[in-house]
Amino acid sequence: MSGQKLRNTIGALLLGALAIGSMSSATQAADCNKDTLCRMMVGGKLKAGVVVDYKPWGYRGQGGEYLGLEPDMARDVAKTLGVEVEFVPVNSANRMEFLAQGQIDLMIATMTDNLKRREVIGIVHPNYYSSGYNIILPKTAKPPNWDAMKGQKICAIQGSWYNRPAQEKFGLDYLAFPGIAEVEAALLQGRCIGWLFDDNLINVMFADPSGKWSTFHMPLPSQDDAPWGLAVRKDDLDKAWGRFMSGMLYHWHRSGQLLAWEKDHGVAESPFLRQSHEKLKDHLQ
Amino acid sequence: MTAIAEFFRELRSKYGINLTILYDPFDIDRFLLGMWVTVELFLISAIVSVAIGLVGAGLLSLPNRFGQGLVRSYVAFFRNTPPLVQMYFFYFGLGALVPPGTNALGMPVERVSNFTWALVSLSLYAGAFNIEIFRSGVEAIHKSIREAATVLGYSKLSAFIYVMVPLAWRISLPALCNNMIELLKTTTLAYAIGVPELLYASNQIWSDSLNTFEMMNVLMVVYLALVGIVAWVMYRWERALRLPGFGAA
Repeated sequence: MSGQKLRNTIGALLLGALAIGSMSSATQAADCNKDTLCRMMVGGKLKAGVVVDYKPWGYRGQGGEYLGLEPDMARDVAKTLGVEVEFVPVNSANRMEFLAQGQIDLMIATMTDNLKRREVIGIVHPNYYSSGYNIILPKTAKPPNWDAMKGQKICAIQGSWYNRPAQEKFGLDYLAFPGIAEVEAALLQGRCIGWLFDDNLINVMFADPSGKWSTFHMPLPSQDDAPWGLAVRKDDLDKAWGRFMSGMLYHWHRSGQLLAWEKDHGVAESPFLRQSHEKLKDHLQ
Repeated sequence: MTAIAEFFRELRSKYGINLTILYDPFDIDRFLLGMWVTVELFLISAIVSVAIGLVGAGLLSLPNRFGQGLVRSYVAFFRNTPPLVQMYFFYFGLGALVPPGTNALGMPVERVSNFTWALVSLSLYAGAFNIEIFRSGVEAIHKSIREAATVLGYSKLSAFIYVMVPLAWRISLPALCNNMIELLKTTTLAYAIGVPELLYASNQIWSDSLNTFEMMNVLMVVYLALVGIVAWVMYRWERALRLPGFGAA
């Protein structure tokens, strides 16, 4: 049995046990008539699916506690509702099923918002984060714009989806390797001046406590940005629960809370969050 | 050209066979570049490796113990280690010792490119085999021929250059042909250090277009053709150099 299978089986058993345990509260919540928000308020519990392998968006602390930007968001939702939060670890392969089948009521799991997914689950707007591609450069390099990167030797990972658009748009000269380790070695050895990579993962590198990347920065705006969405069940999207989450998202952008969380977790400021905040902030202050 | 592109676009929409390298200008360019880099890698490293082979075999046939020991350890080192490991060793191991230069923007630039390291690695690897191939060629010549040359007034060195080498060359050609084919196939390893040769280009193309099946087949056919050309050239050469009464009839 593979580790993944074993984990899934254990997860299913645990969820089964949970389902039996929550039957008593189910009778209580019967009055709510399928209204998720009402059921949560009566049951006093928010079940949130988060990832645990995408530091610092979602990861486990030494004592197994759920840490990161996304668990912080879920905690804030629970605090606003006045209920307790129960975290369920999900991954990109099972997160939509967990939500659709009711094992979780809210999914905040680094998921890119796209049409195919909207057919299956209810992605709540506005989007709360985004990712695209960017170039990590030494701090001594201060290119004014992407056009200045034309013909520059840039490290890349073979087969990344952004290699082609970046080459077509900006004429980068690649030095591409099969794996991350080779790219890191080549960049640190000065074989290339920068590294074309997922911008969030670059931010994760900056958050590395070893300080390995402290002499690097990301001076250019990210490209081909795709927004992330948190999700509720599809039939909840236009009901109280979905609308409530829309309100939470709006509030987080307006108050700058997402920017504050990002800062707390040592992630470089995302232009997406900055722009969203500028758009939605209080115009009187 | 546009008609060809149109045909292959249709092949994709109608039959799902997606040969982007025949209609997408971006993919055509990178595939042709990949092919050119492969040919370049092969030709240069073939010439250098043959030169290494000749010099090495020459040193082995001289009565100089130091030279012989040097050549033997070189052969042992490069014949007994996998070429991919050598490639990594040269690029990430030795290459790290070469300090990077700086360009106009003050940015680091590598002084020795990955292409050059691939050339060095491939040449040394194939060269080790060539030494053994030429040595076997020299040793296959009966010593009476050398004696005859000496009797005719050749010095040891000139006998080696003017009599032994031309004969040994003929004997070595079939084995050399094998090694050159091996060398051409080994150029694919350069993709591990990011040299944009044929395999690297194809990998990029199938990652973007998700046409792995088509590109794998294209790669097989292209390598089959390239190796076919090398084998044919070597065969013609072998025939052109044939001496009546020497070797195969």
